[in-house]
Amino acid sequence: MNNEKSFISKLKSYLIFAGPATFAFLVVMIVPCIYGLYLTFTNWDGISATHAFVGFANYVTAFKDKDFITSFVFTVKYAFFAVILTNVIAFLLAYVVTSGIKGQNFFRAGFFTPNLIGGVLLGLIWQFLFNDLIVYIGTNFKIPILSQSWLSDPTKAFWALVIIAVWQGIGYQMIIYVAGFMNVPKDVLEAASIDGASGFQKMKSVILPLMIPSFTVTGFLTIKGAFMAYDTNLALTAGGPYNSTEMISMHIYNKAFLSQQYGTGQAEAFVLFAIVSILTFTQVYISKKLEVEA
Amino acid sequence: MKNKHGIGRIIKFVCLSAFFLLYVAPFLLIVVNSFKSKDEIVANPLKLPTHLSFSNYTQAYSIMNFSSAFVNTLIITVLSVVVVIVLAAMTAYLYARKDWKINKFFFFFMVAAMIIPFQAIMIPLVKIYGSMHMLNRWTLIFMYAGFGAPMAVFMYHGFIKSIPIELEEAATIDGASTLQTFWLIIFPLLRPITATMVIMDVLWFWNDYLLPSLILVPIDQRTITLSTFYFYGSYTVQYDLAMAGLVISILPVLIMYIFLQKQIIKGVMQGAVK
Repeated sequence: MNNEKSFISKLKSYLIFAGPATFAFLVVMIVPCIYGLYLTFTNWDGISATHAFVGFANYVTAFKDKDFITSFVFTVKYAFFAVILTNVIAFLLAYVVTSGIKGQNFFRAGFFTPNLIGGVLLGLIWQFLFNDLIVYIGTNFKIPILSQSWLSDPTKAFWALVIIAVWQGIGYQMIIYVAGFMNVPKDVLEAASIDGASGFQKMKSVILPLMIPSFTVTGFLTIKGAFMAYDTNLALTAGGPYNSTEMISMHIYNKAFLSQQYGTGQAEAFVLFAIVSILTFTQVYISKKLEVEA
Repeated sequence: MKNKHGIGRIIKFVCLSAFFLLYVAPFLLIVVNSFKSKDEIVANPLKLPTHLSFSNYTQAYSIMNFSSAFVNTLIITVLSVVVVIVLAAMTAYLYARKDWKINKFFFFFMVAAMIIPFQAIMIPLVKIYGSMHMLNRWTLIFMYAGFGAPMAVFMYHGFIKSIPIELEEAATIDGASTLQTFWLIIFPLLRPITATMVIMDVLWFWNDYLLPSLILVPIDQRTITLSTFYFYGSYTVQYDLAMAGLVISILPVLIMYIFLQKQIIKGVMQGAVK
């Protein structure tokens, strides 16, 4: 009796406090995710009311889909450069704006600005720069590499996407590194100075090891962000020229909503899911192992 | 020695300033060109405008239907943020204070689900809610509650764990109900983390593109990001209007940033430590 009453009162508190959030979470994230898994085993075309069960055919199609593989390789290349460049530049910037330089708060806030604006708007701004401004500069100052729109050449369009990713991302990662720099205990640094450590030695043996937690966060955010990039891709190149810059997210979107191959698109989305999970888990696992106590 | 240090500082400052100028140049160029005519932009995008005319702005403003887009974005952002904060804070409170199996299960479930990329959900999401004819702004707000809850619950959970439980015990002895205790005693203490969550969620909801583009089917419910994108798409040749449209769309957030930059940077830093 008592037990039953306490169960009911527990249930009541759960429903009052956590009920709405749990419901929204389940209905928006979990149900579609499970239903999505089911869809990968069907041949649904998005319109017809019925669909047949096709087993693993969608996954086979996904791996045989040349465009999917191309966009996957393209995304890996993009992620590689975007993640490394973003983190290196953000780290250097954070180092400079925590070194007591004049106006450091102004610089921190300034470099963060692109994060206030959505990727679509940023992409449109850069579309103008790459299509018009760069061409103007290139033709007027006779700089061959700038004399044609970067967005009409596959290789240059790739670098255009990397540049905008780095430009967009360094501000946020810089703030995370700034927080990391400020968490390095002053007494440890002083002790290192007294022991005669040079600036480089301090960086290598004291600051970097103590900042591993920051790298865990920035690594996670930049890797996940690069693999899921869609907004800037859409606004800057929309996959062009000739689909050469179609990243994996855009490929999935187009597969499902433009080619109406929902099952295959969903299967490809799950492949992306698996890849992102494996990569971020490995990265977090490795950097957690490297963490040390001050 | 000291002098050398001083010169080093100046060099560092000059380099950083130069890099910063290059960094913000895209914004400056858009603003400069938004005041020029189409021919002037094409002739020389680097030249300053000869006279100050706001005609690009007034035209872009009305073609984009900006006031409607602004109100839509405001409604969606404000309501979504309030819903996420209220629901997540209450959920995290229960999870942090009651050691029940169901709490542990759902807490773990939510944290684990944060890894799910949106792309893995979007197709079934559109199918399910589309088949129920629910593709509108109210559904979008509900969806933000679902997508935003895990992160917010996680952040609040960590914070509530650090608040001593004695406070609540005193309130309970004084006869306060659990809900009263939460709203009157605990929620005010959560202010720092609430500020962080509000900032992160406002930036997310205000600027989001992919989810609203799938859910906001009625044209009159479009957000700023959506209407700018469609506007830019149909006016790419008309640089003058496109530039002005971009500036108008960016302006609301920039104005907010001028007043709240300290809080925003602090909030992001606090969010990053977790």
